Amino acid sequence: MSVKLSTRQVGDVTVIDAAGRITLGEGSSTFRDTIRDLTNKGHRKILLNLGEVSYIDSSGIGELVSAFTTVTNQGGSLKLLNLTKRVRDLLQITKLYTVFEVHDDEALAVRSFS
Amino acid sequence: MPDNDRGVTPSVDTSLASTLESVDNAEETVLRVAQGVGIDEEELHKVGMAVREAMVNAVVHGNRYNENKKVRLVVSLEPDRLTVRIADQGEGFDMSSLPDPLAEENLLRQSGRGILLIRAFVDRFDVRRIEPTGTEVTLIKYLSRGG
Repeated sequence: MSVKLSTRQVGDVTVIDAAGRITLGEGSSTFRDTIRDLTNKGHRKILLNLGEVSYIDSSGIGELVSAFTTVTNQGGSLKLLNLTKRVRDLLQITKLYTVFEVHDDEALAVRSFS
Repeated sequence: MPDNDRGVTPSVDTSLASTLESVDNAEETVLRVAQGVGIDEEELHKVGMAVREAMVNAVVHGNRYNENKKVRLVVSLEPDRLTVRIADQGEGFDMSSLPDPLAEENLLRQSGRGILLIRAFVDRFDVRRIEPTGTEVTLIKYLSRGG
């Protein structure tokens, strides 16, 4: 299964619920298109819920980084929510755990944007 | 035919097209061979991911999706190790020229983490040039069957 992304608004924070695989090919391009679409529409506070993501490869990690820089460069912020152990391990191996702000509680995460 | 230097008959020796479907196929093939040899699920996932990264390198950076070029996948199982060899027909690359993905200035690069992940997920990773053209990578996962 490729990645499935759905977005919802919680106040002025846009939450993206991701499920499935973010890997080279369809998964990573779907992710990229969604982020681009949101930023083009002016969304600047983005919380990416990765709780149901089963697999991310290096290409998927690259998309996370790209999304982070895209949103940051436009004056916004992108934060991560509900990392699985696998994704957490990947972010630690790649030293990106120090780059992303990571949350385990959605309400606290949403509040952290204000 | 025995595998090159250890006289082991491979479980799999196949030639794959330079496509992303082959990446999925290779990962599934290796996981099928590796199941039931005492690697737990998380370790299997890591082996599969290392194979995926190596296949992506072969298909995308080595063969550049060229339909006339193939990727050879050889999987061998021995009592103490699982060995995966992946060979492309590309122009090769110099490992020492690859940017360090953990360097501060490279942390936000979009790509360049594949080999880092392979090294993290298998016990041994070797790269060699092959003639007339191409690169072969060898991934080894040591097994501890029976504890």
